[in-house]
Amino acid sequence: MTDPEDGPAVGIVVVSHSRALGLAAADLAREVVGPEVPIAVAAGIDDTTTGTDATAIAAAIATTDRGAGVVVLMDLGSAVLSAETALELLDEVGADPATRERTLLCPGPLVEGLVIAAATASTGADRHQVSADAAAALGPKRTHLGQSWDG
Amino acid sequence: MADGAGATGVDSAGLDRWLRAFSDAVTEHADELTALDSAIGDADHGANMRRGLKAVVGKLDAAGTSDTAPGALLKTAGMTLVSTVGGASGPLYGTFFLRMGSAAGDATELGPTEFATALRAGLDGVVARGKAAPGDKTMLDALVPAVDALDAALADGKGLGDALSAAAAAAAAGSDATVPLVARKGRASYLGERSAGHRDPGAASTAILLDTAARVLA
Repeated sequence: MTDPEDGPAVGIVVVSHSRALGLAAADLAREVVGPEVPIAVAAGIDDTTTGTDATAIAAAIATTDRGAGVVVLMDLGSAVLSAETALELLDEVGADPATRERTLLCPGPLVEGLVIAAATASTGADRHQVSADAAAALGPKRTHLGQSWDG
Repeated sequence: MADGAGATGVDSAGLDRWLRAFSDAVTEHADELTALDSAIGDADHGANMRRGLKAVVGKLDAAGTSDTAPGALLKTAGMTLVSTVGGASGPLYGTFFLRMGSAAGDATELGPTEFATALRAGLDGVVARGKAAPGDKTMLDALVPAVDALDAALADGKGLGDALSAAAAAAAAGSDATVPLVARKGRASYLGERSAGHRDPGAASTAILLDTAARVLA
């Protein structure tokens, strides 16, 4: 767990096409960490319409950056393009001018990556470590199933 | 000649008409665009673009255009599209209009050269966002030849109306040319060779964008 004297934890943003999927994935991550890790969800166009919203992603990044930066986990397709677009909209949502430099878009898988990112962030690790651990999140599953990295 | 559509340039009233006409045309062709997307994608392009452009028209209705500079109007359109389209066309078309808006700056009217420069900036934004190239079976296969044709026509001394007509013709031809291509970007690329034989939905909607520009800005 993060010691408050170590400074704020890295924030985590969950980007999904589906609001239900994003919220459920965040719930799963919150089972492994306490409130010291800020997690925000930017998923769906509304409760039932599938899609991603770059402005909502930008707002989620802005609210989860407590000074240690943000790691963004995404599902597929437009989630990635919308997250990249969100980095250009941070000014529009009133983010700290330093937030863009402190935001990492993580190539890790959404569910496994999110849970590992949350766990790593709760230890007080920096954003690069959080993102690296999340990017490698399929490792344990691969090892358990006895498969090599190239499938 | 209607207000804002003069041979001299494009003002906010012209852009307002262009965006409304694009919305109307996409709504009219939404089922067709979605059908193209159901062949090689995820069957949402028409519905997504219709939803996003309806939101843009809502913003135009609420804000009006009389006090809004072209750059600000284009930026509003882009911001609305990135928030409401939902699919990949949201960040792609949204970035297109946001970059056009940035290029337009604070000018109250865009002359033909300025309008072409703004379109080129929009195109560069789409390239940067999607990381696609011509021949990948994307909207760029219509947009790149259209912007090139616009520049070439203006360089030949043609007026904006004729230049936009040339751009629209180039976009339509570019859209047609996506039919035999194998997709290398987006959901359609998962199909590999099976994506050949279908028109790219993004190229089709881009051809509509340029066709409406030629109709209402010329």
